[in-house]
Amino acid sequence: MIPAQFEYTAPTTVDEAVSALAQGGEEAKVLAGGQSLMPLLRLRLAYPELLVDLNRVAELRGVRDEGDSLVIGAMTTHHTVVRDPLVNQHCALIALATATVADPAVRHRGTFGGSLAHADPAGDLPAVTVALDAEMIATGPNGQRTIPAGEFFADYLTSTLQPGEILVGVRVPKLAGWGFHYEKFNRVAQAWAVVGVAAAVRRANGNIAEARVGLTNMGATPVRARAVESAVQGTQAAPAALHEAASQAAEGTHPPSDLHGQADYRRHLAQVLTGRALAAAARV
Amino acid sequence: MTEQAQATPGAAKEIGARRARKEDARLITGQTRWTDSIQVPGLLQMAVLRSPMAHARITRIDVSPALDRPGVLAAFSGRDFADEQGSLPCAWPVTEDMAQPPNPPLAVDEVRYAGDAVAVVVARDRYSAADALEAIEIDYEPLPPVLDLEEALADGAPLVHSDLGTNKCYDFHMPAGDYQAARDRAQAEGGIVMKRRYLQQRLQPSAMEPRAVVVEPIAAAGEFTLYSATQIPHILRLLLAMTTGVPEHKIRVVAPDVGGGFGSKLNLYAEESIALLVARRLGRPVKWTESRSENYQATIHGRGQIQDIEVAATREGRLLGLKVSLVADMGAYLQLITPGVPLLGAFMYPGIYKMDAYDFSCTGVFTTKTPTDAYRGAGRPEATYAIERAMDDLAQELGIDPIELRRQNWIRHEEFPFDTIAGLTYDSGNYEAATDEALRLFGYEELRREQAERRDRGDPVQLGIGISIYTEMCGIAPSRVLGSLSFGGGGWEYASVRMLPTGKVEVVTGASPHGQGHDTTFSQIVADALGVPFDDVELIHGDTKSSHKGLDTYGSRSLAVGGIAITQACGRVIEKARKVAAHLLEAADTDIEFSGGTFRVRGAPESAKTIQEVVLATHLAHDMPEGVEPSLDADATFDPENFSFPHGSHLVAAEVDTQTGFTKIRSYVAVDDCGRVINPLVVEGQVVGGIAQGLAQALYEEATYDADGNLTSGTLADYLVPAAPDVPEITMARTETPATTNPLGVKGIGEAGTIGSTPAVVNAIVDALRHLGVDDVDMPCTPERVWRAIQESSAASA
Ligand SMILES: Cc1cc2nc3c(=O)[nH]c(=O)nc-3n(C[C@H](O)[C@H](O)[C@H](O)COP(=O)(O)OP(=O)(O)OC[C@H]3O[C@@H](n4cnc5c(N)ncnc54)[C@H](O)[C@@H]3O)c2cc1C
Repeated sequence: MIPAQFEYTAPTTVDEAVSALAQGGEEAKVLAGGQSLMPLLRLRLAYPELLVDLNRVAELRGVRDEGDSLVIGAMTTHHTVVRDPLVNQHCALIALATATVADPAVRHRGTFGGSLAHADPAGDLPAVTVALDAEMIATGPNGQRTIPAGEFFADYLTSTLQPGEILVGVRVPKLAGWGFHYEKFNRVAQAWAVVGVAAAVRRANGNIAEARVGLTNMGATPVRARAVESAVQGTQAAPAALHEAASQAAEGTHPPSDLHGQADYRRHLAQVLTGRALAAAARV
Repeated sequence: MTEQAQATPGAAKEIGARRARKEDARLITGQTRWTDSIQVPGLLQMAVLRSPMAHARITRIDVSPALDRPGVLAAFSGRDFADEQGSLPCAWPVTEDMAQPPNPPLAVDEVRYAGDAVAVVVARDRYSAADALEAIEIDYEPLPPVLDLEEALADGAPLVHSDLGTNKCYDFHMPAGDYQAARDRAQAEGGIVMKRRYLQQRLQPSAMEPRAVVVEPIAAAGEFTLYSATQIPHILRLLLAMTTGVPEHKIRVVAPDVGGGFGSKLNLYAEESIALLVARRLGRPVKWTESRSENYQATIHGRGQIQDIEVAATREGRLLGLKVSLVADMGAYLQLITPGVPLLGAFMYPGIYKMDAYDFSCTGVFTTKTPTDAYRGAGRPEATYAIERAMDDLAQELGIDPIELRRQNWIRHEEFPFDTIAGLTYDSGNYEAATDEALRLFGYEELRREQAERRDRGDPVQLGIGISIYTEMCGIAPSRVLGSLSFGGGGWEYASVRMLPTGKVEVVTGASPHGQGHDTTFSQIVADALGVPFDDVELIHGDTKSSHKGLDTYGSRSLAVGGIAITQACGRVIEKARKVAAHLLEAADTDIEFSGGTFRVRGAPESAKTIQEVVLATHLAHDMPEGVEPSLDADATFDPENFSFPHGSHLVAAEVDTQTGFTKIRSYVAVDDCGRVINPLVVEGQVVGGIAQGLAQALYEEATYDADGNLTSGTLADYLVPAAPDVPEITMARTETPATTNPLGVKGIGEAGTIGSTPAVVNAIVDALRHLGVDDVDMPCTPERVWRAIQESSAASA
C-alpha cells in the first residue's frame, strides 16, 4: 500500500529532535527503525503530518556502562544489541530475547527504543524490560525524566511517554550471577510471539533464591508473573518444583483472543512456557 | 542425493547435468524488468477502490470528488464502463447447465466479496492515485454475506447472485464401475465401509512478485501493448481480444520476468481488463501494481473444499470401491478455470491404487468470498490428501501397517501401462522402487520403535510417522481430452528453433516461465539435440510479438509438452541441415550421420561438417542443394497423446509437543520419480519449493473470514507463510522411470512436491496422537488445534 503524504525531517541531535517534534505538535511522530511505523503508514492506519527521523542522531546509538547499570541508547538496532559484549555480559536476557525478534533484515533496522516506545504487548522486549526492572529515560520540552518499566506500558500500543517526549535510552540494572531464558512460542520462526516468557533466576544452595518473570502477549501490556515469582522463591531448583510454581503464570492476566490463539490457550501456554523458561534459566 | 538413473542416450552431455540456472544472475542482480519497473513516456498510475463489504448493493457512487485531488486525471466507476467492459471469461463450463453469472471487471450495481473492484482513479503518480481513492463517494446497502458452503446450499439461504435463484453453480457426477455393489460386497463379506470428512481450507497464493500491469496504447493505430506479471501471455491476448473487442492482431501481450505464480497468475483479471479500457479511453499509458493487501483480497484463492470420502474394503485390506462427494467453494464469481479445479482432482482420487468401483461427485457453490481458481497442483493436492489420509485411517481401522496396506493395493510396476478406474492410462511408474528407497533413507523400522518407546513412557513429545505415496496427472494436456471435458482450450505447445549464421541458436517457446528455470532446462535439451554449447542457446518467450504462439505455463506442462516441441523442432532443423551437409560432403542424405554437433559420411568419418559450418553455408546460400531453401529454422507444435504421471513416496517423522500442540518436522524423505531428469538442480528446487508449499497448507496457511465476510488473514502478519527456518531439511532422492508417451521420457515436477507433502505431514501428526484418541486435525494443524484435539479426546475418554 501507499502511505499518505507527510513532511520529513532528520535532525542530528536530541535537542533538535525535541524541538522538531514540538513544532510538529500532535501530528508529528518519531521515526526510528520504521519496522512498525512504516507498515502502519502503508496500511493507512496512521496519518502523521511530520516524521522526525532519529536515524542521524548519533548520541542515541550504542551501549554505555554506568557502573551498576547499562544504558542502551534508544536507536541501538536489534542487531547491535544481540552482539553487544556489555549486554551479553550483564543483561544477557536482553540479547537472548532480541535474537528471537523477526528476521535479520528487521533486526538490522529495528531499534531497541522503537520496540519499547511502540508498546506492542506482542513485542518481545517490553516484557524483558519489565522483568528486569529497567528504567526508561525520556527527554522532552521540559527536560529529562525516568520512568520505571513497570509504569511505562499503559495500554495496547500506548506508553506513558508524553506527546513531544523522546525515549532516549533504557537503564538496565546489571544482574551478576543470574541465569536467564527467553521462551518464545510462535507458529513460524519469524512471527510475533503467541506467548513469550522472560525469566531471570538466581540460585543459591540448590534452591531458587529469587526469580523474575515477565510475560509477552498475555494482556494489553507486558506483565510480571508475580504469583509465580513468589511461589518459586525458596523452592528447590528442580523441574517439578518449577513447573508447579509455573502453574500460576496466568493468574491475573487478560490475554487476547485472535487468529493465533484463543485466550484460554494462551493461559495454558503461559503456564507450560513459564515452567520451561524457569527450568532453562535455572539450568535444570 | 542418490540416483537410480537409467542409462541415458549416448549423445546426452547436457541432459542430466546439474547446471546452475542461467537466468539467475540476471534475476538476482536485478538486471531485468519486472512489470512494475517498466516505464514508458507519459505513464499514468491507476489505483483501484475495493468494496469494504462482502455483499452489498451500490446505491450511489460518485467518483467526481476524486477529480479535484492533485495530480488526478480521471476516475471511473463500473457505470462508466458498463457498456464496454463485458464479463471476465470462464473457460470451463463443466456441465451443460452450469450457472455462469456475469463477472464484470468493475462492479456496477452489486459487490459480492470484500475486495471486489468498484472504481479506479488515474493520476500522475501512485501516491496521488492512492490518496484520491479516499475522495470517492459511495453508498452501500448491505446484503447478507454467504460464507458457509453447506449453509449456502440450504433452502432459503441468502443468494450471492439473486438472479440465479440458487447458490449452486453445478453438480458434476462421474461414476465408474458399480460402487454400490462394491460397498455391498464389503459389508456382506465382513469387510469395512469407512467414512471420513476432510477439509481443504482456503489458501492465499503469495507469489513474491505481486500482480502488475502496464498498458501502452498507440491510439492512432488502435494498438495496445499490455505488459503483465502473468503466467499466460498468449492466452491473455486471446481473452482480451474476446472480451474487449480490440482485435487480436492489435494486441501485444508481454510477460517480462515474472516472480512466481503458482496458478494465481493464470487468469484474465479485472485490473488487466480495466487498465486496457482506461488506456483506450484516455489514449494514455496506464500502470497498476497490486499491493500485498490487494493480492490477498483480489487475486484468486486456492482450495476451499469439503471432502466426504467413503472407502469400501475387504477385511484383509483390499480396496473395493471409493466414493467421493465434494462441495467446492467457487467464491463470488467464476474466473478462468474456477469450476474445473475440483475436476482436475476427479481423476486422481484413486491415486496409485487398484479398485473395482469409483464414484465421484462435486457440487460447486457460490459464496461472497474471493473467487477460487487453480493453485499449485489444482485439484490433485486435494485428491491426494483425501486418498492418502484415508489409506492411513483405513490401515488403523484394519490394524494393518500403512505401508503394507498400500503395497497390497498399489499398481505393481509390471502392470503398467495401467488403465485406472477413473479412466486414465498411467503409462509408467514404479511405486515399489521409490517406496523401498524412501523407507531405507528414512529408517522406518527404527522410527517405529522410537515411537513405541515414547508412547510407553508417556513422553510429552510424541513421534508420528506420516506416509504419502502419490501420483499425479500433469503435462497438461492432450487437447482431445480437454475437449472431452468441455474445456475451452487446447493443450499443445509450440516451439521454433532458429540457427543464426554464427552457429548460435535462438529458441522460441510458447511456454512462459515465472521462476521455473525454462531458459536453463530448454538450453540443455537444445544443446544435446543440436550438439552446440549450452551457452550458445538463447530462449525467447513471453511476448506475443516475438514468441507469437503458445499456451503458456501451468499444470507442470512446460517440459513435458513444450520441451517436446523444442525437441521436435531441433529434429527438423537437423533434417534440413542434413541435406545441406550431404550436398557439401558430396554424399547422399541417407549416408549422413549426425552426432555431437557433426555431420559425418557413414564409413568415412574424416569427411565431416560441423553444424556451425553447415549453418554458415546455408546462410551464404552460395551452394545449396537443388530445391532446398536457405533456412535452418524449424517450427513444431506438440500435442501430447497422454498426461504424464510422476509419482513419489514421501515419509515424514513429526515430533508433536503434546503440551503446546507444536509440530516439529524431524525428518522428511522425498523420493520422487519424474521420469528422465534434464537438470537435477532444477528438479530439486521444484521439489523443495513444492514441499514447502504443501507443508504450509498442512501447518500454517489459511484464509480466514469474520462473520461479516471480511478477510481477516489479509496481511503477511496474519497469513503465515513459512520461511527458510520453518522448512525442514529434506532428504531427496529419485528413481527414474521414463515416460513412455514422449520422446524425452520426461514427466512434470512443478507441482509434485506440493501434491505429495500435505497428507504426509498431517498423517504424521495424527499418527503421533492416535493413541491419545485423536484421529483427525483440521488443516492447518496449528498448535492450538492440535492441543485442543488432544484436550477433547482426553476429555472424551475420561
Ligand atoms: C516482519 C516483522 C516482524 C517482526 N517481528 C517482531 C518480533 O517477533 N518481535 C518483536 O518484538 N518485534 C518484531 N517486529 C517489530 C520490530 O521489533 C520493530 O523494530 C519494533 O517494533 C519497532 O522498532 P522500530 O525501531 O522499527 O520503530 P518504528 O517502527 O520506527 O517506531 C515504532 C513506534 O515507536 C515510536 N518511536 C520509535 N522510537 C521512538 C523513540 N526513541 N522515542 C519515542 N517514540 C519512538 C514511533 O513514533 C512509532 O510510533 C517485527 C517487525 C517486522 C516488520
